[in-house]
Amino acid sequence: MGMARTADQERGRIRQSLDRIWHSRWLLGAGLAAVLLVYAFAGESVSMLALTLAALFIAAAAWPVDQDKASADRAAVIEAGALKSLSGEYLAAAITDPLIVFDNNATIIHANAAATNTFRLATGMSLALKFRAPEVQALIERVLSGEATSGSVETSSKLPVERVYRMSVSAVGHDTALYLMICKDQSEARRIDRMRADFIANASHEMRTPLASIAGFIETLRGPARDDAKAREQFLQIMQDQTRRMSRLIDDLLSLSRLEMKPHLTFEAQVDIAKIIETVIASLTPQATENGVAIERDFSDGSFELAGNRDELFQVFENLLENACKYGRSGGRVVVSIRRSEGAAEPEIIVTVRDFGPGIAEEHIPRVTERFYRIDAETSHARKGTGLGLAIVKHILTRHEARLSIESELGKGAAFTVHLPVR
Amino acid sequence: MQPMHTVSAYDDELKYLARRIASMGGHAERMVEQAITALVSADTRLAQKVVRDDPILDESQRDIDEKAVSVIARRQPMARDLREVIGAIRISADLERIGDLAKNVAKRVVAATEGQQPVSLFRGIEALADLALSQLKEVLDVYASREVTKLGFIRDHDDDIDAMYTSLFRELLTYMMEDPRNITPCTHLLFCAKNVERIGDHATNIAETIYHIVTGEQMANERPKGDKTDRVTASLLLPK
Repeated sequence: MGMARTADQERGRIRQSLDRIWHSRWLLGAGLAAVLLVYAFAGESVSMLALTLAALFIAAAAWPVDQDKASADRAAVIEAGALKSLSGEYLAAAITDPLIVFDNNATIIHANAAATNTFRLATGMSLALKFRAPEVQALIERVLSGEATSGSVETSSKLPVERVYRMSVSAVGHDTALYLMICKDQSEARRIDRMRADFIANASHEMRTPLASIAGFIETLRGPARDDAKAREQFLQIMQDQTRRMSRLIDDLLSLSRLEMKPHLTFEAQVDIAKIIETVIASLTPQATENGVAIERDFSDGSFELAGNRDELFQVFENLLENACKYGRSGGRVVVSIRRSEGAAEPEIIVTVRDFGPGIAEEHIPRVTERFYRIDAETSHARKGTGLGLAIVKHILTRHEARLSIESELGKGAAFTVHLPVR
Repeated sequence: MQPMHTVSAYDDELKYLARRIASMGGHAERMVEQAITALVSADTRLAQKVVRDDPILDESQRDIDEKAVSVIARRQPMARDLREVIGAIRISADLERIGDLAKNVAKRVVAATEGQQPVSLFRGIEALADLALSQLKEVLDVYASREVTKLGFIRDHDDDIDAMYTSLFRELLTYMMEDPRNITPCTHLLFCAKNVERIGDHATNIAETIYHIVTGEQMANERPKGDKTDRVTASLLLPK
């Protein structure tokens, strides 16, 4: 290694010296001519001539002709050539933030892959029609009108998932009539702040009830029920249930907060929905048996693979099946079916979890996915619900661009259907 | 978007109309969003801002109307161009109405948030507004992309909004029956919910207009009216 490097350095040094000689060739030529002239007229000795010539060459090799600058210039020329031949498209593709090139009509000329995926853009679409937030409109207007050559603005959109972007718009070069927009995702930082506030608000609100009940029992245990062994046992049991409920609540709140932290997930790979559901069923069978519920499968043929996040989809079906076993207990059975949609514009995998319990009244159906929305607080607490299960389900499905539809008739059970688009 | 015309100024005029619609849409979306945020967080200052922003939409609508009329008068558009111009007039009217409804929600913030209201009431309105807003957003996205096949979903959303509104209506009625002191804020919330539901309807109108602009046909109207509040009475809510 070391040897090779010194050899390289040696070679480099020689090349540099030759380079310098080449650079000072005119000077050298003039010197040579002068020396020869002096030799011819003055008749000096041959050894003297040789010495003078050698001195000349050495001087030329060491002559500092702004040589570094010269080669730097040359390198710059070569580099500019390389950049010129580099296609703008490759350059845009290499940038991981959404990048959009548009013309003076705000028509999109090019959008890199990140932009196409994030905003669902297509070439030829009008940028002003897609980014409608007033501040972004004003920014585009300002740059297009030439009032400013560049500018940036922070903008947030709430739906379908909250996102905050810093959008920068600038003119490309001089008089190219092309403009560039780069969007930097700042959602994460913003969301952490929001998450803290939300978590505290939700947690304090929901913890109050079990805490109040525990405090009440402690008071009773220290007072009137001090020596009542039977009551003491009963109260301690209730207190234990309440603490369990609080810890479940904290788990759910944390998992919801984690989901909100990264609302746009990158899909790992192809996951097999049927396999996930099998695992869920296996893990829930003991609990179902305990509740006296049988889980039945109704899978149609074929494969059910799609791009998604395995753990999150597992959570979706776990929550749905668990709910079905809990609230549809009286029906005695729960049916899980998987099929592919037919004839729809976009192919979907459709999973239905159907129970045969008391069902959900019509007026509650649209609202059951709200946080802490409970149809009947008593039953919910008795069945160890936290009021967050379906909120989590909905959140995950939104991330997968999937939908949840709920059908139910009182007394006949409920069907929760997940529509997962296949892309 | 449009086919090229011999007179490029004509193209520019049509593009100008589309851009004005988009910017109006952006303003309307923002107003609805802020009005609901103001209501949920009892932020009177934000509410005042929404009220102050409304004239922007009125002004834009007038501008679009004038431009559209002048395009019709000078260029005598035909077929799709004509639909485009007429569509712009219609959409701007719907967006202006949406702005008015948002303004009305904002005006009620003070009265509706007076006293301690149950959190779940505001959650309900927020969820309803999320539905209406995503409806509006999707419709305006289709206006940009012209992919009218996506408009099918909008009908489904309409049903969701109606169902959610009916549910909220019942809930608010229950609160009023529980305690007469709830009546003032709950009535205001009821109007807010109604306004949000109307915003969803205007979004559907816009969807129909876009469908007509792109295809030249009317959107198949098979939608049964899903709002069932006309049948909700107090006696229905009393425990049996």
